This record gives sequence, C-alpha cells and structure tokens, in this order.
Amino acid sequence: MRPEAYVAATRFGYGPRPGDLPSINRDPRGWLDAQIGNTTLPAPLQDLPGSAPLIAKMITEQSKPQGFANYIRTEARPAFDREVGRRTTAAAESDAPFRERLVHFWSNHFTVSVKRVQIMPSAGAFEREAIRPHVFGKFEDMLIAVAQHPAMLIYLDNQYSFGPNSLAGRRRDVGLNENLAREILELHTLGVDGGYRQDDVISLAKLITGWGVARPQDRRESTPGTFLFREPGHETGGKTLLGKSYRQGGVAEGEAALRDLARHPATARFIAGKLARHFFADDPDPETVARLARVFTDTEGDLAALSRALIDAPEPWDAPLDKFKTPNDLVISTLRALDAPDLRDKDMVGPLALMGQLPFTAPSPAGWSDRSADWLGPEALMTRIEWLRAVSAYTPIPNTLRWADSLLGPVLSDDTRIVVSQAQSESEAVALVFASPEFQRK
Amino acid sequence: MTIPTRRGILHGLVATTALAASPGGVQLAFGAAAVDARFVVVILRGGMDGLAAIAPYGERAYRRQRGDLALPEPGAPDGLIDLDGRFGLHPALGALAPFYARGELAIAHAVGIPYRNRSHFDAQNVLENGTDKPHSTADGWLNRAIAALQPGGTPAGLAVGANVPLIIRGDARYTTYAPQRLPDIGGDFVTRLRNMYAQDDELATVLAEALKAKEMREGVLGRQRGGMGRGNAGSGAFYREAFGAVGKLLADAKGPRVAVLDTDGWDTHAFQGTTQGVLATQFGYLNEGLASLHEGLAAAWRQSVVLVVSEFGRTAAINGTKGTDHGAGGVVLLLGGAVAGGRMVSPWPGLETPQLYEARDLAVTTDVRGLFKGVLRDHLGIAEGHIEDVVFPNSRDARAIGGLIRA
Repeated sequence: MRPEAYVAATRFGYGPRPGDLPSINRDPRGWLDAQIGNTTLPAPLQDLPGSAPLIAKMITEQSKPQGFANYIRTEARPAFDREVGRRTTAAAESDAPFRERLVHFWSNHFTVSVKRVQIMPSAGAFEREAIRPHVFGKFEDMLIAVAQHPAMLIYLDNQYSFGPNSLAGRRRDVGLNENLAREILELHTLGVDGGYRQDDVISLAKLITGWGVARPQDRRESTPGTFLFREPGHETGGKTLLGKSYRQGGVAEGEAALRDLARHPATARFIAGKLARHFFADDPDPETVARLARVFTDTEGDLAALSRALIDAPEPWDAPLDKFKTPNDLVISTLRALDAPDLRDKDMVGPLALMGQLPFTAPSPAGWSDRSADWLGPEALMTRIEWLRAVSAYTPIPNTLRWADSLLGPVLSDDTRIVVSQAQSESEAVALVFASPEFQRK
Repeated sequence: MTIPTRRGILHGLVATTALAASPGGVQLAFGAAAVDARFVVVILRGGMDGLAAIAPYGERAYRRQRGDLALPEPGAPDGLIDLDGRFGLHPALGALAPFYARGELAIAHAVGIPYRNRSHFDAQNVLENGTDKPHSTADGWLNRAIAALQPGGTPAGLAVGANVPLIIRGDARYTTYAPQRLPDIGGDFVTRLRNMYAQDDELATVLAEALKAKEMREGVLGRQRGGMGRGNAGSGAFYREAFGAVGKLLADAKGPRVAVLDTDGWDTHAFQGTTQGVLATQFGYLNEGLASLHEGLAAAWRQSVVLVVSEFGRTAAINGTKGTDHGAGGVVLLLGGAVAGGRMVSPWPGLETPQLYEARDLAVTTDVRGLFKGVLRDHLGIAEGHIEDVVFPNSRDARAIGGLIRA
C-alpha cells in the first residue's frame, strides 16, 4: 500500500472507509481527478427545500410583532439541524469526498452564519444553490451567485443598502451600508492586503446598492425570497473602483465590478494561499502559492483547473501529515471509518457544536480557521477524546488492529499498534485508534 | 466489516450527560484566603459601539451625529445613567453604575489600536498580538506577559471555550476551561493515551495541560457538567456561566491569575436599536456576565482588574440602515476592586465632524497598549523592561498609563 493512497483519502478527501484504500491505491491521483466536474447533488441532500420559500417565510414571520422566536424554535431550528445532519451524512457516505471537501472549503470562504439568526432557515440551501453548482466552474460565477444570494444579502446587510442620491435615498430616510462590500473585498476577493482603500469600499457598496431580496409584497417584481434588484435604490452616476470607472448603471454595473475583482491578481494570490493552507500546510511555501495563483490567473479562475493543479502539485503529497484535523474533519472521518453508521440528522449536531465547529455557525464572516493552532487547545483536545471514547463505547469492532490497518495502514506507527493491542476491550481499542496521533492529524 | 451499532451512536451522549449545573452550590476549595493580583481581559469581537455604551450625551454634536440612535437623556424613561454630567452609561449596563459610584470602574474613551484599517480580523490580530501589524507574531501579548508570572509553576493563564484566542496563545503555558457535557474518559484510558502520545510531543503537551486544567477545575467547581446548551460566545447563557466560572477559578488562591473571556456578536451594521434591540441585548448579556464575574471573584474582587475591550469603535454617525459601520476610537472599561476608578481616564477628542478621524470615526487619543502596560506594570507587577522588550516591543510611543490602579 502506497502512502499516496492514504494522502489522497485523508488530505484531499475526508478519510478512508474500511474498504477504500486498496482501490484508491491503484491510482490515487486518478481517483481524485475522476471526482472533478461532477456536481450532482448527493442523495441525502436531494429532498431538502430551496431557499426562496424559506426566506419568504422568514421575512413574513419577522414582520409579525410576536412569535419570531417561536418560529425559530419550532420551525427554523429543527430544519437547521436536519441540514447539518444531511450535510455531514453526505460527506460521510460520499464516493467523491474530494468534491465534498471542496464544497465545504468554498462554503467556508463565502461564510454565512446563523450568528445572524435570520440565516438559520436558509444556510444549507445557500450552500446548495450558490456554492455547490460552481465548485468546478468559474470563480467569478460563484462570486456573483454568492453576492446575489438572499442569504448573503441578508447576512451582510445589503438588502437595505440604498444609494444616497438614488430615488429611494432622496425620498426616504435610507442610505448606504458598506458591510457586504467590505467583506467582498477583504474576505472574498482581494484579501485585506489586496491594495484597496476605504474609498473603494464605499464605491463597491454603491455599485451593489439596490441588490436586495424580494419580500412577499414584491411578488409582482420577483418571486418572494429570491434576489431582487431595486432600481430606485441603486446609486445614480458613475463609480470608480480601484481606479476603473463603471457607468453602465443597473445590476450589470455591480456584476462587472465583481468580475473584475475576481480576475484581479490579488484575488488569485489570496485564493491560492487559502487553498494551500487548507490542503497541506499552515504556512505554505510562497512559491507553491505563486504557482497555484498562476493557474488561477491563466485559466481566469477555472476552479476545475485549480483543483487539478492541487492534485498535480508535489506539496500535498510530500508535506508532513501534521495538520490537526478540524472538528468537521474529525466527525466526518470518524463516521467514514465506522462505515457511515445510520444516524439521525440531529445526532451530528451535538458533537459538532461541543467541539466548536457546528456548520453555518462561524463566529464571523471570515469563517473557520484553517490553522492547526486554532483547534489544538487543551479543552478542545479533551472534548474530542471524550466524544471519541463515547462513540467507541457503542462500537466495539472485532479484530480492531486489522480494521485500523485498513484505515491507517500506511502511517500507523508501531507505538500506536502496541497501545491498541493492549487495550482491555474492543471498544477501548477503537477509541485509542480514533485518539491516535495518526487519526487526529491529516 | 460489521459495525454492531446503527442508530443513536452519538445521540444519547448529549442527553445522558446534560446534568444540571449547581447554581450557587459550589464550594471554594481554598476559602477566602487573600490572593495575588488577578486580571481578566474580556474581548468583545465585532467592534463594540463605544458611543452607545458610554454616550457623550453632553456634547452638542451627539444628537446630530447619532440621529435615531441617540439614547434618551438621564432622567428620561429608560434614559442614560449619568456618570459625570457629560457622559452617560447605557441603561442595559446598569449593573456597572454602582461600580462607578464606588470608584471601581474607570472608563477610557477614544481608545484604539495602533492600526487604522477597518478590517475586523486585522484589527483583532493587532489588538491581540500587541504590535502595530496584523500578522507580525504567532503569539499574543497576554501570553508573553504571563511568561513573567509563572517561573516553572502552575500556569498563570486561563482561556475560556473550545477555541483559544490569539491573545493568550504562545509558549507560556495556560489552561483552558469549557463547561463539559460528555462523559469522563477515566483514569485508565488516560494512562493508555499518555503512552500513545509519547510519540507526538505536541499532543503529549496539550494532553498534560488538559489533565491539569481538569484537576484544577474540578477542585474549585466540582464535577460540574451541562447547562451550556449550544452555548457559544454570543449567547446569554455563555455570559452568565462562563464569566461566573472564571470568577470562581480565579478566586482560588492556587488558581490562574490571568484569564481571557472571548465574546462576539458586536458588529452592528443595521438596526442596532437604542434602549431595546440587538445592541441593548448584547449589553444586557455583558451586564449579566460582569455581574457574575464579580460574584464569582467574591473576596478576590479587591485584588482584581477586569478590562473590557473591542478591536475598534464604530462610526460617529448613524448609517443608512440605522446601524453604524466600522470605525476607529472605542471604549475600554476597567473595573475591579483594584481599579482607581469613578472617572474618565483618557482625553476626549470631541464629536464635531472636523474632530473625527477621516470625518467619520471617533478619533483615537489613547493607544490601547498604554492601558495594557499600566495594568501589567502597576497591578501585576511585571517589570517595565519585560513589558517594553517582550510584551509590547517597539511601542515606546504608547507609554504606560499610570494611576489606573489603587495605591
């Protein structure tokens, strides 16, 4: 068994299932390459609702003087738990775990979070609608899909942002909100060192004024709960962003600006650096990052090509397997190691919340960290070991060492083998395999 | 391969272990013995609106800038709580008023980090790494400070929650605390784990710290489990429980001396409200948290300084969506029995548009590191050389502010 099979399964995917490694071993790179391009919705996600009715309902409930908290508790939260469960199950059962990892990576790059409770009903649908279809498409198409998705417009306050000189701005007491514009520049495209200034934040905010969400009373203009461009709220006149002027007006103006941002060299560097950090090193070698950035630039942000470049790069295969798994990694790889036990959707919520990485609850628009140090604290380590010990209490596995070999064979150390072989029970042996340094790192 | 379970592997763990916390019934292991100086940093992530927390209601420009967000004057229903005829405390922070009256709350307004980009994440990095650049160090200033407090002994620092904030990350050892809900793993399993981690220095070290922290926590709080729900740094339950537990842990004479509490949810771009609303709710949480901390510290309150800080303040003027955007100068609260308070401790730059930074943000008159340095030097007794050379290198312009601590 070549270590490459293990790297492909663990670093690119979400860890092997008991029978996976021998078949991956035949052609690790080919196994990954075959996952590129297919964005079919995984079975566990197929019967979940789209965002439009959910957002329309949320807006209706929110406009009632009473009962919003009740709606969140009785409707939105159970639906949210189902989304989290299905998302986790989809990755745990997937034959294309590299794709699932990429979906999670991009979803984290374009974070929406239920820290703003209005997002709770639609966070899962956001990922299905704005992220998933584009993970092997063009970055700029994903960027526009995200920036026009009602969940993002609500999360970062753009639905009430109106041009000061627009018809709405002059007639009513409304104005500019720069939140989404700032995060597009800082977190989604150029990065904080990407060379923009406060003036550019304001300009981009003006360029996307009027980008909002159709309410039930807007139904003649657009389906409630979907994107609605409110022309009377769009700032009039030309705008200048990063020295380039935009004067076409309408929704096209903001779209043109986003396409230019997506093609900016700073965006290529920023995205390349984040991918490298996610896939192989907390502090990736600058030359590797530059090489990935060149692929991004040369292909105008073709994410299939970029995914292939990751596979073709030597670093993911050579870099030491010393990144500490995030809780999301850990839970999914544990479920895969147990061959995706049949769990209820809500069963996945508790452990992910306890370990501090419940999907769609990132503390800020920057999303979850991809650095080991941010996850490897004493309390965090103890919590995950307690969880793994508890899970293992329900899952004694006969011939534990043979099972461990089927998961970790190429990297399993003699020290770990000895400790596992001396365990007093099968369930304790399973817990030790899960707690082992080899399983905790990727 | 057969896996003998189906349904319910993870389920049940949460349910069976969610024992109720025991409010008020916790015995302190070491009673009320006098303790050394204690220091708590409370981080408010998102950019707390200092002009709402401590409103300059006596300024002519206040109502003009704030528009619909201006708070009712002192004396009006739900009005500001007057501090000095010029500044007023937000009514949702009412628990702090007695501290101010007793001289146990000092307020620094128009305070900022030495960095003016309005990014949350860069600003938080600067606030926590103690330099003037976002990515200059991989460790935090509080970690470099506690290095001076623990020559070989018990870790002096405590972080709360599953995720450790940058401010306390680094080489000096620290412990962490989070209310537990999962079953104990048992001593025998721990021994096996230790053997296995002998091959991985990093995991071995972190495990040792976790075990020490657990021992300390159980000594003071008992085997307390449950109660946090989906507890996170933005919920009311988190403030009550985590702040109270930190107080108790620090009150222990052998406990940690320095703690960091991390909260979020302070980014109020839209409809932030006045006496009611999103921000008032956040203030209410903080109010409760600080009251729990005071209660938990008990007799140790006399030896304590609690410093509440955010990465930046917000725009002076209300924005187009009845909120405020990222700004510059903000507010720092210093409270505790060791604080020489009952006063405002920093120069006030004014709220007229020409007095603002870039005509939009409250200007910064005071480098936040001057406050940090003053507390480290005068309260924790850390040598000036260590503070200037190690904790806050290249920051001579941000002089330590004296007089914050009672003589």
